[in-house]
Amino acid sequence: MIHLETPKKFRPLVDQAHQVAREIFRANSRKYDRAEHAYPKELDMLASVMDGMDEAGARGGAGASGVRRDAQVSEGNKNGSNLSTCLGIMELCWGDVGLLLAMPRQGLGNSAIASVANEEQLQRFAGRWAAMAITEPGCGSDSANIRTTAVLDGDHYVLNGEKIYVTSGDRADLVVVWATLDRAKGRAAIKSFVVEKGTPGFELVRLEHKLGIRASDTAAFVLKDCRVPRENLLGDPEVNVEKGFAGVMQTFDNTRPLVASMAVGLTRACLEHTAKVLKDAGITVDYDRPALTQNSAAATLLALEADYEAARLLTLQAAWMADNRKPNSLQASMAKAKAGRTCVDVALKCVEICGALGYSEQALLEKWARDAKILDIFEGTQQIQLLIVARRLLGKTSAELK
Amino acid sequence: MPNPIGLGLRALNLVAGLPVIDQLGLRKSTEKLLYRASKTGFAVATGAARQFKATQKRLQPARLDKAARPELFDLTPTDEQEMLREAARSFAIEQLRPAAQAADHDGGAQAELLQQARELGLSLLGVPEAFGGAGGERSAMSNVLVAEALAQGDLGLAVACLAPTAVSTALSLWGDAHQQSTYLPAFTGEHAPVAALAVLESRPLFDPMRLSTTARHAGGGFVVDGAKALVPRAATAELFIVAAMLEGKPALFVVESGARGLSTSPDPAMGLRAAATATLHLDEVTLPATALIAQGAAEVYAECIALSRLAWCAIAVGTSQAVLDYLIPYVNDRVAFGEPISHRQAVAFAVANIGIELEGMRLLTYRAASRMEQGADDAKPIALARRYCIDKSLIVGSDGVQLLGGHGFIKEHPVERWYRDLRAIGVMEGTLLV
Repeated sequence: MIHLETPKKFRPLVDQAHQVAREIFRANSRKYDRAEHAYPKELDMLASVMDGMDEAGARGGAGASGVRRDAQVSEGNKNGSNLSTCLGIMELCWGDVGLLLAMPRQGLGNSAIASVANEEQLQRFAGRWAAMAITEPGCGSDSANIRTTAVLDGDHYVLNGEKIYVTSGDRADLVVVWATLDRAKGRAAIKSFVVEKGTPGFELVRLEHKLGIRASDTAAFVLKDCRVPRENLLGDPEVNVEKGFAGVMQTFDNTRPLVASMAVGLTRACLEHTAKVLKDAGITVDYDRPALTQNSAAATLLALEADYEAARLLTLQAAWMADNRKPNSLQASMAKAKAGRTCVDVALKCVEICGALGYSEQALLEKWARDAKILDIFEGTQQIQLLIVARRLLGKTSAELK
Repeated sequence: MPNPIGLGLRALNLVAGLPVIDQLGLRKSTEKLLYRASKTGFAVATGAARQFKATQKRLQPARLDKAARPELFDLTPTDEQEMLREAARSFAIEQLRPAAQAADHDGGAQAELLQQARELGLSLLGVPEAFGGAGGERSAMSNVLVAEALAQGDLGLAVACLAPTAVSTALSLWGDAHQQSTYLPAFTGEHAPVAALAVLESRPLFDPMRLSTTARHAGGGFVVDGAKALVPRAATAELFIVAAMLEGKPALFVVESGARGLSTSPDPAMGLRAAATATLHLDEVTLPATALIAQGAAEVYAECIALSRLAWCAIAVGTSQAVLDYLIPYVNDRVAFGEPISHRQAVAFAVANIGIELEGMRLLTYRAASRMEQGADDAKPIALARRYCIDKSLIVGSDGVQLLGGHGFIKEHPVERWYRDLRAIGVMEGTLLV
């Protein structure tokens, strides 16, 4: 039966995440926006609490443990960890996207490990903070084109190459590095390797200065004859041209709704703030009256709220499909595309509505408008999501629709 | 040309033959619906202006049961909803779509087609069993799914088919015992009346809460004066529900077509031409005291406006889906510069965006519908769905023509019609109910 409300059983989790967002994230938002690269130590205690929540099954983190698809299929409608994780992230990013990304042990690398690691690896890497290193100076969206190489030498793979845009790269214990076993074999030869910080030949070369999400560190690494134990390769070590990229891309099918959730949370923060600012100025939206008979700012806010609601529901749909083991690659990309552009549009428009109040550092809105932009870029840019959606709808291959 | 009975059988066959009915184990409940449908189905059309008489003595109005409130987030329709949607969709694609261009051109749907729509059992859905309806649960969601599916065939024809249902739904939801027993049996009987819900008026920035049409108390009844715009099938309608200001508040009145001072004049528009829109003039029309619905309760009128806005959202979703489904094979087959135009990002991204916004429209509409049927009375989800469907369906309609280029502009393809029809979403108030 069609019912699109937050399920009762997740309401405590949502409330809890909201408290965290308000009391810890918002309280530290401006501090770490200004002190870029400073470690947000307030998060350490919070991370321990959230680890506890994870163990108790009440997952609400950044999805580090929440995106593994359950092996068994159960009958009937299911609301599981994909949905609860999305709801948790929405709340936390209503607080602060940068601080969420900086949460210890909740990195994208943790997602990759949770999604594709075998049982032994899951145990070995449990409780460690894992960052993700895909992008290189010469390749971004075309991640099949990476140049970092891995060559088997005895019990180790020897990695060589350069990685950039590694979120939490400085602070994490582990970095999941994408490298190719054989550049001639294309995407099928790309594997992910868990590299321990401090491994000889694995060198952090710089931290970036960014437009937004400054609380989250973004690192660049060089790998120079870096020897990684062969049991640190995630997934199948064979190069299977038939199966191709599926293994590594699986991570993305699971994480796109999570990034969309971040955008949804940030969008709500902007809308709530702007509604309050307008209310103080004596303007409210009347949901019964036609938009055109209302104040222009109220009508604009109504349209922005509608965009927000579409982004939110698309995201929940993608997560719900994952929980119910329905193929959701199309819906995940739709959600990411819609939520990514919506958060930027809404944030920038809200700044205009609020005027100097929105542009000034006196309020957080200007920061949210800067933070927003990354959400339409990482985990697949707007343009990449549109390509995925278009190929699916039109039945085209990547060779036909480039 | 098959006779009405032949067409009726064809419609029955259409529903009964659907594999989904067996798959879902719905044979029994469907048969009940079909029995009702066949009872109403094989009539010969009669002239207008019948005498409506109370046929049952009832002290209490009959209402459908409210739907249960589920615990979990869910996007799966119930088995019955799935069955209804499939039946409506087959009818839309197989019957409405091929007839749409002619209906648009002629400024009205063919009588046989409207008859077939009735035989599909549409008018039975919102009506309690006591009056010969299909009974079951009251579900705005089910009606949204049916409206969406019909509009996937054609927007104008969907409006023509659904317009009378708005009146039977209104009577089922808000009519008192007298109003229900006077009018509802006709909707499920031998020959259901053409009927229309008239809210919209001809003026800029129309607001359904502030009407120009007025009603005043007179001689134990009411006198209503004003005009209603773009009323579907008004010229042939036998029964209207008309919105008018009573003591400064909007209220709904039942008006029979035989009332003195009531007249219609054709008002063909940019689109919705298959629905034969007309102006309904009310020139000092005298109504009995029993004409007022729900004692003019403000919450009933608000619910009526909300349900009609939701219906137009469902219509927008259905026709936008039709546009997307029409575009995909076109842009894949159309070759320019040596390859299908869908291999160009400018074209492919436009298709992707239609897909994304359409899915958003659908989800906003479903959420608003599910909240409505669970009795939540906040206006916000409907306002958001309406805003979104107005804005995005317009883009879908426009891009639908654009991506066909010159072909999109000529009547050989349906997209120019949908371009005109989809503009109605932001204009219309009232008219349809879910």
